[in-house]
Amino acid sequence: MNALTLLLLVLPASGCVVLLVAGARAEPWAARFGVVVAGATFLVSLLLLGQFDRSRSAELQGVVDRVWVPQLGLRFHLGVDGISLPLLLLTTLLVLLCAVYTLGHLPDPGRPRAFTGLVLLLEVGLLGTFLAQDLLLFFVFFEIVLAPMYFLIAHWGGHGRTRAATTFILYTVLGSVLMLLGFLLVRSYAGTTDLVALTARHGDGIPRNVQLLAIVAIGIGLAVKAPMWPLHTWLPDAHTAAPTVGSVLLAGVLLKMGTYGLVRIALPVLPSASRTAAPYLGALAVVGILYGSMACLAQRDLKRLIAFSSVGHMGFVLLGIASLTAVGINGALYANIAHGVITGLLFFLVGAIKERHGTTDLSALPRSLYARAPRLGGLLAVAAVASLGLPGLAGFWGEFLSMQGVWRGPGAPHRLFYLGLLVAAALGTVLTAYYLLRMVRRVDQGDGSGPPVADVTALEAVAWLPLAVLVVVLGVLPTILLGWSVAPVELLLSVRP
Amino acid sequence: MTSVQSIDYAAIAPPLVVAVGAVVVLLLDLVLGPRVARAVDPVPAVALFVLVAAGLLLWPLRHGTRATFCVPDACSYVADPLAVTIQLVVLAGAVVVVLLSMSERGLPMGEYSFLLLASVSGALVVAAARDLATLIIALEVVSLPSFALVALRRDAASAQAALTAFLMSIVATAVSLLGIAFVYAGTGTLHLQQLRVSLAEPAARQPVVLAGVVLTFAAPAFKLAAVPFHGWAPDTYRGAPLSIAAYLSLVSKGAGVVALISLSFGGFAAAETTWAPLLAVMAAATMLVGNLGALRQRGVVRLLAWSSIGQAGYIIVPLACAGRVDPALAVSAAVAYLAAYGAMNLGAFAVVAAAVPDGASPGAVRLTDLRGLARTRPFLGLSLAFFLACLAGLPPGLVGLFVKVRVFDVPVQAGLGWLAVVMGVATVIGLAYYVRFAALLFAEPPAGLPAAGAEGAARLEQPRARPAVGAVALMLGVTLVMSAAPALVLGLLAP
Repeated sequence: MNALTLLLLVLPASGCVVLLVAGARAEPWAARFGVVVAGATFLVSLLLLGQFDRSRSAELQGVVDRVWVPQLGLRFHLGVDGISLPLLLLTTLLVLLCAVYTLGHLPDPGRPRAFTGLVLLLEVGLLGTFLAQDLLLFFVFFEIVLAPMYFLIAHWGGHGRTRAATTFILYTVLGSVLMLLGFLLVRSYAGTTDLVALTARHGDGIPRNVQLLAIVAIGIGLAVKAPMWPLHTWLPDAHTAAPTVGSVLLAGVLLKMGTYGLVRIALPVLPSASRTAAPYLGALAVVGILYGSMACLAQRDLKRLIAFSSVGHMGFVLLGIASLTAVGINGALYANIAHGVITGLLFFLVGAIKERHGTTDLSALPRSLYARAPRLGGLLAVAAVASLGLPGLAGFWGEFLSMQGVWRGPGAPHRLFYLGLLVAAALGTVLTAYYLLRMVRRVDQGDGSGPPVADVTALEAVAWLPLAVLVVVLGVLPTILLGWSVAPVELLLSVRP
Repeated sequence: MTSVQSIDYAAIAPPLVVAVGAVVVLLLDLVLGPRVARAVDPVPAVALFVLVAAGLLLWPLRHGTRATFCVPDACSYVADPLAVTIQLVVLAGAVVVVLLSMSERGLPMGEYSFLLLASVSGALVVAAARDLATLIIALEVVSLPSFALVALRRDAASAQAALTAFLMSIVATAVSLLGIAFVYAGTGTLHLQQLRVSLAEPAARQPVVLAGVVLTFAAPAFKLAAVPFHGWAPDTYRGAPLSIAAYLSLVSKGAGVVALISLSFGGFAAAETTWAPLLAVMAAATMLVGNLGALRQRGVVRLLAWSSIGQAGYIIVPLACAGRVDPALAVSAAVAYLAAYGAMNLGAFAVVAAAVPDGASPGAVRLTDLRGLARTRPFLGLSLAFFLACLAGLPPGLVGLFVKVRVFDVPVQAGLGWLAVVMGVATVIGLAYYVRFAALLFAEPPAGLPAAGAEGAARLEQPRARPAVGAVALMLGVTLVMSAAPALVLGLLAP
């Protein structure tokens, strides 16, 4: 199993190297090669799933632990537990689907070799972030993601791509530099950067004021990525300018690095400061929910609308974390995955709509997609209602549990405050339902006029159906995910006897 | 005091060999006479041989400490691990510089090699100099030939560049000499070892001595091109032959770094409350000014010049934390950064040297001239992108990332949070222009220069560009190995 963990990183990395070394002669087969490598990586993650012992989901499994940079105390320490496993599967699945989609939909200006290589490099960074069990290693993988995403946006993006890509990378690096300072601060007091050791000692040895400083630094770094209002301003431009595959991976996986980091690092390593910071996080999360949904109401561009809806949905994830209850955090982790699946699908669909109509401007887009391309229109409707949290679909459980966590959450003195947050978040769900239904009505319904467009092609069906199926499965059987995360969340929250 | 000193020739062999080599090269050039038509010029080959030989002579010195030119309780020349490490970096850098010079047109190789070796010998002495007189003289030995090297192309731009640097250098040296005079007046010694002891007495730290201590830092700061002594660097780099700009950015800076370390952690260690805050301000200003300056540049060499000012700021950061952290940790972080920076920065210069079209002045190459380099000449373009990633500290340039983490760690441990935050801001500013430059390399090549044709053109100019391409490959190898095994560079002088 340890070999599988390592293989998860080695496969995409070596695929990337092969494409680099092969040079221009790889252009004809690069996209297919990408599918093979991403497929193999997905298979490895399935094998990992098969070998994962569910009854011990709180323990790290498939551990790899080597000294890498002794002078920094940095160890190459990887491991999988019930929190990271779903994210790993989500990543390998989305990258595979993106690779499949790229076979027929390589964005301008082409160059499949570079495109595939960057997607694979991105996958290394994403998987590494979810595998890392050392603060500095986490930071390294966190940073690996930046350059490929920058180039995906800057070279294959749409209007305003250079500016969007630059904003994305500068924002994120400013955050991650602060995060690094926080990590080094933790290390200078705790004497280690090993997450297992740090989790076990629950902030022992780190004075409270240092914890507060560290959680502000680390929290800002992760919150930029999540994104938390008011640090979200890079997101709408980046999502809108990115090519379809870039948007899918950005919304589907990259944002999760932030919330995953909060659960994996901030809560267990700095428990006392987390309790202090939680109400603030909760307040900002709720502002994000309301802000995101109101911004969506004002959007005239379909892609931008989906982008802003991420700010709202990730607000629910942050709110669940801020509740500091097991229910809330399980809900947050669930919403993480659900958002990845649903918004990944939505960005695929919006990309297809843009390809067919040449625009995503809601005022210029012809109506009646149901009539003109029933399957495409139907999928859009399903994804939209999943996104608004309809019970029975994936989007429901995460937001429901997050809010339940807030309800059950801390007693006095914050009880009233959290109830206020809950009311505001509930208002957010209403607004979300409103703008998504309005979007569906605007795009899907009508008198049947407008140019006829191609319905879902076979290739698109292959790329999208797994997500559509997951939307339903996760909605009907929430326990398949919750079964993994309950035990490790208990461990993270457990207070020293 | 003994009148006859015994000299440890093994300890001083590296600078000695280089100095003798400088004379040999000059004589060889005279003997050979004009040799434009000759395919292979033996002079740079001899210079390379001298540098490698000096490098091999470092091998016996790698463990322990050898001191020579001693008075009873202090020595003027000490080949300790710090000195030997810096000497190795200097020699390796000089080898790359010679390789680059072989790809440049219109350089008189005899004079060039003589001046270069003379300057290198000075840098080697700086690394081991442990008294103020030797230190300042050795720094001048680094500087004076380098001004002649800057002016070697004999056009208006290079003459202007040399004069700028020369005047600023004189001012910095004069200030340093004044400082040394103050220190000597107050303590009666020039030996760092004795200064260290006598300054430990609170009574010895009179205002005039402390003023002297501060003023003495001027000359090393000039060599480092640290703010406020940075003004000469951009114009001088731009006007100088490309290989000399590369030389100034590493060897000359390296001499400045080691002089700074010898002064701060050696002789003036006890007065750290006076100079450490000053160095912190200097580091912060240098990081910000250098990176902000680079943001506006359109020329490649000027961009690298400003970026190297900013990078020097990162090197000063750990030194500014003196008195609050283990000195060995601070020195190790600074030296590791210098070594890694040397490899990635020389690599970037080497790519420029190899990519400059024949006949064009390297100083005039604009960023847009390298547009699409990764497509027209993939090896050079991808290498440059990697070097830029290293300089920015962004993966896949892992070595740059790790040495930055190491440097970040020092102010965090020292409790100088504000310095770490300034460094973080500077890093983000730096990223903006490195990424913009790297993105340009992958952009669509300019019209009228189809990829195939450009490859043909590249093949035509290859014989001349070959040494520079070799230097690129060498630096790429070094940075890749250091990225995979950062312990190699972080382990330098590690406590």
